[in-house]
Amino acid sequence: MRLLTHNMLSSNIKGVTNGFPLGIEVEKVIEKQVDFNPDFLRNMFAKVEWKALVDAARTMGYAELPEEADLSMLESDDFLKRFHHALLELHLEEGALVCPETGRKFPVNKGIPNMLLLEDEV
Amino acid sequence: MSSRPESLAPPEIFYDDAEARKYTSSSRIIQIQAKLSERALELLALPDDGIPRLLLDIGCGSGLSGETLTENGHLWVGVDISQSMLDIALDRQVEGDLLLGDMGQGLAIRPGVVDGAISISAVQWLCNADKSSHEPRLRLKAFFGSLHRCLSRGARAVFQVYPENLAQRELILRSAMHAGFAGGVVVDYPHSTKNRKEYLVLTCGPPSLSTATPKGKGEDGESGSDEEFSDEENQTIRTSDRHRPRKKQKTTKKGKGREWLLKKKEQMRRKGNTVPPDTKYTGRKRKSKF
Repeated sequence: MRLLTHNMLSSNIKGVTNGFPLGIEVEKVIEKQVDFNPDFLRNMFAKVEWKALVDAARTMGYAELPEEADLSMLESDDFLKRFHHALLELHLEEGALVCPETGRKFPVNKGIPNMLLLEDEV
Repeated sequence: MSSRPESLAPPEIFYDDAEARKYTSSSRIIQIQAKLSERALELLALPDDGIPRLLLDIGCGSGLSGETLTENGHLWVGVDISQSMLDIALDRQVEGDLLLGDMGQGLAIRPGVVDGAISISAVQWLCNADKSSHEPRLRLKAFFGSLHRCLSRGARAVFQVYPENLAQRELILRSAMHAGFAGGVVVDYPHSTKNRKEYLVLTCGPPSLSTATPKGKGEDGESGSDEEFSDEENQTIRTSDRHRPRKKQKTTKKGKGREWLLKKKEQMRRKGNTVPPDTKYTGRKRKSKF
């Protein structure tokens, strides 16, 4: 699972008002090469929650992202490369996602998070 | 006996390892899925500027539909309820990210981040109540509600669906409209039994020119017989009845002729029926004075 997906996911357990961002428990991280596309990154930047991405990347062992980011930084190639790496190339292969309110764990196996809810959580 | 998979077992059980492998190794299914996803992507009408979009594939299964999205340069996230199908998707090394989830429980996605959603032959599964806690109306509501939230403004969602009957189609449409979507049904090849395909084209946001439902393929001149009606929100919904022109029998004034008769007799002989022999009298008209 990419951090892009992590940045979109939020817990939808019944009664949870703010299920974002999900915590990450890391067991195994892998990296996959993806083609670099600055247009996509510029387009995506407005939609990404920056703080959540920085925290998630740090948990995965990548601390090269700046704490704060604004639109002017999108001009810099170096920044885009780091953004690209964190967003698309880091994969959480094994581990778990944790709901920030209830602490409920969603296990991640082979890179697929299991977001199925139990009947009393719907 | 119905052969709809929906009536056999719940999706997470029906698509077990064997079924998932069968599904993905059939070149016919692969071809159909590719064609359907291509058309769905066309109906999504994403701006043509070459920028990859972030799309959602609901009921992605083994990633057959996602492959079309990748080929067109988009990034996608797939959701499916069947672990076996997702395992196959992993084997096939699809480009998109995969989630194991139940669309009837609502999509666990943050508001306003997705640029579009497609779903190939999946939404009709929501009309089934496979567990005692399942209520199709509520599951559809949860699904469309969460989808409406997570799509960005003006984004479209295209679902290719196989509703079992009119009531199912109406149930799906009504749930979508209640969730705040505008749009309607596009029917491709409405007069064909095999090629007939229905797409639900939904748009997030207020009705405008861009939310007008596109025209279906193969509707030709007979679209006058399509009944069009408007619901309370003034969205046109196009449904088509299935009147086909009657096949005209090939008869001339002279009758079917000797050649035709000999052909039929030959057919009957091959079937093993007792057929009178062919003579010079075969297929000859009687004299009028007879």
